[in-house]
Amino acid sequence: MKRILKSREATLALFIVALTALVSLRAPSFATATNLNDILNDTAVLMLAATAQFLILLTGGIDLSIPSTMALTGMLVSMLNMAVPELPIPLVVLTAMAIGLALGGANGLLVGYLKIPPIIATLGTIAIYRALVFLVSGGEWVSAHEMSELYVSIPKRNLLGVSGILWYTAVVTIAVGLFLSFSGRGRAVFALGGNRTASRLAGIKTERVDFMVFAMSGVISGLAGLLYVTRYAAAQNDTAIGYELQAVAACVIGGVSVVGGSGSMAGVVLGALFLGLLYNALTMVNLSPFYQTAIQGIAILVAIVANTVVDRRNRQKMLARRELA
Amino acid sequence: MKDPEIKAVSSRRIEITRATRIAAAAKSWEAILTLIFIAVMAGGSFISPYFLDTTNLLDTTFNFMEKAVVALPMMFIILCGDIDVSVGSIVALSSLSMGMASAAGADVPALILIGLATGLAGGMLNGWLITKFEVPSIAVTIGTMSLYRGIAQAVLGDQAFTKYPLSFAWFGQGYIPGTRIPFELALFLILALATGLILHKTTFGRKIFALGRNPVAARFSGVDVARLRFIVFSWTGLFCGVAAILLTSRIGSTRPNIATGLELDAITSVVLGGVAITGGFGGIYGVVIANFLLGYLKFGMGLVNVPGRVMNLVTGGLLLVAIVIPEMIRRSDNARRLRKRAAV
Repeated sequence: MKRILKSREATLALFIVALTALVSLRAPSFATATNLNDILNDTAVLMLAATAQFLILLTGGIDLSIPSTMALTGMLVSMLNMAVPELPIPLVVLTAMAIGLALGGANGLLVGYLKIPPIIATLGTIAIYRALVFLVSGGEWVSAHEMSELYVSIPKRNLLGVSGILWYTAVVTIAVGLFLSFSGRGRAVFALGGNRTASRLAGIKTERVDFMVFAMSGVISGLAGLLYVTRYAAAQNDTAIGYELQAVAACVIGGVSVVGGSGSMAGVVLGALFLGLLYNALTMVNLSPFYQTAIQGIAILVAIVANTVVDRRNRQKMLARRELA
Repeated sequence: MKDPEIKAVSSRRIEITRATRIAAAAKSWEAILTLIFIAVMAGGSFISPYFLDTTNLLDTTFNFMEKAVVALPMMFIILCGDIDVSVGSIVALSSLSMGMASAAGADVPALILIGLATGLAGGMLNGWLITKFEVPSIAVTIGTMSLYRGIAQAVLGDQAFTKYPLSFAWFGQGYIPGTRIPFELALFLILALATGLILHKTTFGRKIFALGRNPVAARFSGVDVARLRFIVFSWTGLFCGVAAILLTSRIGSTRPNIATGLELDAITSVVLGGVAITGGFGGIYGVVIANFLLGYLKFGMGLVNVPGRVMNLVTGGLLLVAIVIPEMIRRSDNARRLRKRAAV
């Protein structure tokens, strides 16, 4: 199983290299360090949203409320920044994560303890959180000139030549990857998606795992919301609209199964990177940005079909082996 | 806990299977929904003198009939245990093809045909991908949602089709001749009646329920599951074509963002109507009343100047409450039983 996953990520990585090479043939400025760095910075927020979505997809659920959580957190933190402009960065980051935790925790309560299917619970909260953005802001934006310099510098701060936004993303994705691979609770997340009943019978407290992944998803979305509003220096009422499906797209392209139980953090990061490169490449080769959505759709469908075909072949191989034995 | 009546109830409950209990909950949910609907109508007429006015009540249906039309086949899909998030994008694609045909000089019957055919084709592609590759419907329709919407964006860019024949406007703006009943409303009622008959009175409908309750059992009972799902997804595409005709005719233009978010509205009204998201349970009455409930609730809130975003707070909350209440009842039942067991 591990070998299959590994090869899947290798295939995707190969695709990414091929895409980069192909585009740079037509636009030499594509593969330069500056542009690639820009693409990474542009994709960081999507990577975080995809990580948040990944945790839920692994358990067999889906989190539609991610963009609303991002928007509400971004708005609340920006309003806090207007009130207290010189609040130290660690406190701002912690506040964003705490707000995300509360919002994600509410989803977790609905799903884990009230047993509402994730798609319905988050269908409700995507509307509610978005409405709350409007209510707390009164429909107004927080724009660049109302944000303190310290606040706007959060994603840009350079450490060892790498921007802050990439540091946050790296820390989150590595932490989640390690958590999923090496902790008992992380393995429980996979177990739940693989077979819920079997996990419960094996002694896993499924309610707790459901609550935990939504709480984690909320924390990561909160952080993503903070980075989104500070990077674009504007907290709007429709921040991040549509991110829930882009995040699913990144996961699916990265080989995550939407019925749960399989996928890898590395795949998700590569999937998000692939989408980021694709968006940037379109403008580079002078294709209208209006083609972006259609090409993204094709990429998702190709990834899904390829995953299924590979899976099916593997299953048949396994069956054949069993018959031999 | 020592109340003999409770004991009697809970011991009787044990004999009832889980399935019939959910079915009973759905039935009682339809009753609750009817009460909420009456409350909304009463509240609306209390809040504003313009609410309970025949012309207003009829005309305001223009605002939610397209969603209601899409909710009908969405009910089939959710009953099967599937989901289709591409419906808004199919409407956009269908509207796009009508816009292109109209620009090329097509007449009204041709426009209708093209709109329906495009919708059907979009639904068929969904159904084919889902059944041929055995991929979960959510994954496929997230892909086609992006693809169909993307085609509309690629063709239109920042432009819009706004030239439609004058008589085309009747479908979305006209009334049944000699009455004040909007054509959209009449069409929806006919489609809802047909949907209800198909679901509750034909073997096709029984197969949908069978599939939703237990796909494996359905298959072993001789239901061609793949074919059934293909038909249901194609059927949904066709209804999206109908919705696209109504919507395009009503607003008289095709923009790339037409019908964005329609999928969430349609799913919300189906689930609010008491259809279990896991499939197999629900009925036409709940879905129809949920559509009118949501529509008139928004109309009432609009009359007293509630902003659109805040309306979403109410509908989102209503959706969660609709799901939480039956679950709470079930859980308090269970808790009672557990506590009793612990006491022994």
